Amino acid sequence: MFSRAAMEAARVARSVPLRARVAAAASAAAGAAAVGGATVLCDDAVHTVEYDWPHSGFLQTFDHAAIRRGWQVYREVCSTCHSIKFVAFRNLIGVSHSEAEVKKIAAEFEVEDGPNDEGEMFERPAKPSDRIPGPYKNEASARAANNGAYPPDLSLVVKGRHLGHHYVMSLLTGYTEAPVGKDLLPGLHYNPYFPGTSISMPPPLMDGQVEYPDGTPATVSQMSKDVTTFLAWCAEPEMDERKRMGMKWCSAMFLGLALSMYYKRFRWSPLKTRKITYHDINR
Amino acid sequence: MSRLNLNSILSWVDSHIIDYPTAMNLNYNWSFGSSAGFCLVIQILSGAFLAMHYAGETHYAFSSVEHIMRDVKSGWLIRYMHANGASFFFIVVYAHIFRGLYYGSYMEPRQQLWWSGALIYVLMMATAFIGYVLPWGQMSFWGATVITSLFSIFPFIGKEVVMWLWGGFTVGNPTLNRFFSLHYLLPFIIAGLVFVHLGLLHKDGSNNPLGIKTKTANVNFYPYMYVKDLVAFFVLLSVLSVVIFYFPNSLGDPDNYLEADPYGTPAHIVPEWYFLPFYAILRVIPNKVGGILTMGGAIAIIFLYPLLNTSILRSANFRPIYAVVFWLFVADFCLLAWSGTTPVDDYFKVIGAVVSIGYFAFFVFGGLFVGWLEKTLAFRALSK
Repeated sequence: MFSRAAMEAARVARSVPLRARVAAAASAAAGAAAVGGATVLCDDAVHTVEYDWPHSGFLQTFDHAAIRRGWQVYREVCSTCHSIKFVAFRNLIGVSHSEAEVKKIAAEFEVEDGPNDEGEMFERPAKPSDRIPGPYKNEASARAANNGAYPPDLSLVVKGRHLGHHYVMSLLTGYTEAPVGKDLLPGLHYNPYFPGTSISMPPPLMDGQVEYPDGTPATVSQMSKDVTTFLAWCAEPEMDERKRMGMKWCSAMFLGLALSMYYKRFRWSPLKTRKITYHDINR
Repeated sequence: MSRLNLNSILSWVDSHIIDYPTAMNLNYNWSFGSSAGFCLVIQILSGAFLAMHYAGETHYAFSSVEHIMRDVKSGWLIRYMHANGASFFFIVVYAHIFRGLYYGSYMEPRQQLWWSGALIYVLMMATAFIGYVLPWGQMSFWGATVITSLFSIFPFIGKEVVMWLWGGFTVGNPTLNRFFSLHYLLPFIIAGLVFVHLGLLHKDGSNNPLGIKTKTANVNFYPYMYVKDLVAFFVLLSVLSVVIFYFPNSLGDPDNYLEADPYGTPAHIVPEWYFLPFYAILRVIPNKVGGILTMGGAIAIIFLYPLLNTSILRSANFRPIYAVVFWLFVADFCLLAWSGTTPVDDYFKVIGAVVSIGYFAFFVFGGLFVGWLEKTLAFRALSK
């Protein structure tokens, strides 16, 4: 739904070249997949399940072992199609991996650098200071490889969806057979948690798809939980520090509040406790 | 304080800050004004630090905000402070305005004080809207598109006016760049108006819960009002801290964490919560020009309110009918905000229409009629 003004605005905005309008129509037709977050308020999806995350409390940090496993799932499964362009390798240091491990992981990726002294761009192994390279050069090549759908960048997916991590977890574990009577366009899959319920992404996880070095059984729900924790960290890498700092700030503010309330009482008590009496001296 | 009064500058400080006479019966509702000033300071300071790292260019704006959130030392803290600080600024200012409505602070001789405050409020809305565009998320872009397009209502030249605002044929880089500039400029104009507001306040002094002149029951600003304002600052800071550190995104829209995409309109373009009442009024009218004019009227009537007043009593403590009408208006305003979030279908549209009428009814009915009614009833009772 739009207000009249919004529709009018969209109309004025669309007084751009026809080519752009065709592109807009094409991207819309290619699947609501690409603009998932933009349709969160639609009523055409099952309401997200709300899980009891181990990192959601006031005093709780991320489960860092899960971030480490989640990175493995992302690396081996999700990164085939999805980027996490705002996250750098160095961000993993001290969070899920040691510095030596991150150097080794980074070296497995190639990034473009340059120009060199001859003016040529060249490929080199990534360093921890590089951002994690995505699977595609640009949006057009991503669409070309994915039947017209654009796999969104995942670095902010948990903040960019209503109910964030609950939604990602529900989506990953929510694939099921389409109900009778639901016609799916070719290349689309049924997921009741996805707005519109037809999603371009095929079910990404299968039991035993990755092999965790720590021996955790790699069930779909386990991998979903781990990768969701990883993505929640990608979206809010500051969360652990934020909550710790929050305890200090809030304590200081509550203390300041208590002291200022005492100070106020101290200053006002003579005025508040004074007694005004009336004596009629003529009586 | 005679020591201070020997110097012309220090005597000004003494007579307006230290020994400034204030009615001793001011309750904590009178602390919202100073808290609002405090919010302005928080916003200007945190904003200045954000501007050191932000790039006002469409290709970089979104990622520069992520750079602030991830790479800048405590950048997330500054940004969350600024984003949630804006919401708290509005919470405090709404409370300040409602306090003025309840205790009749808009009445003679303080009409100009009310008008200067209303002007600050309008500028605040402009600043907040422009600031929300800067992160260049989906809501930023589409919000900017919707709001700037409101100016297309000018007959004949509407489209040209909108393109002039955009600096192009659509919301784009020139728009973002000028919004960044304006977002840095407007707060200083607001700060200037705050001094005008304070100057007008000190002309007649604060109103008070009794709504009468209290020349015999005044206390010095320092330390009496200072300590109360200090308590109010700490209440504000305590609540703000809890939100910043534990619920930093609860007042925002998830769609603004998606980068602006001119080809993908969000399913629901919703403004920030503090604009929802006016947004609800805008969309309840099924006609574009009518909707925009009605929304403009909703703001204009705030300016008109001192002229609509017929009451001779200020404080609603002594105006039983007005007090009921006032609290109905508070409920109506909240419902109006809620109505701005609902889908426009038949059932919600009716509620939206009713509360929109309620909004205007308060200003006209509560100003003109209730004052006259109370006066008539009071004189009738007295004459018996």
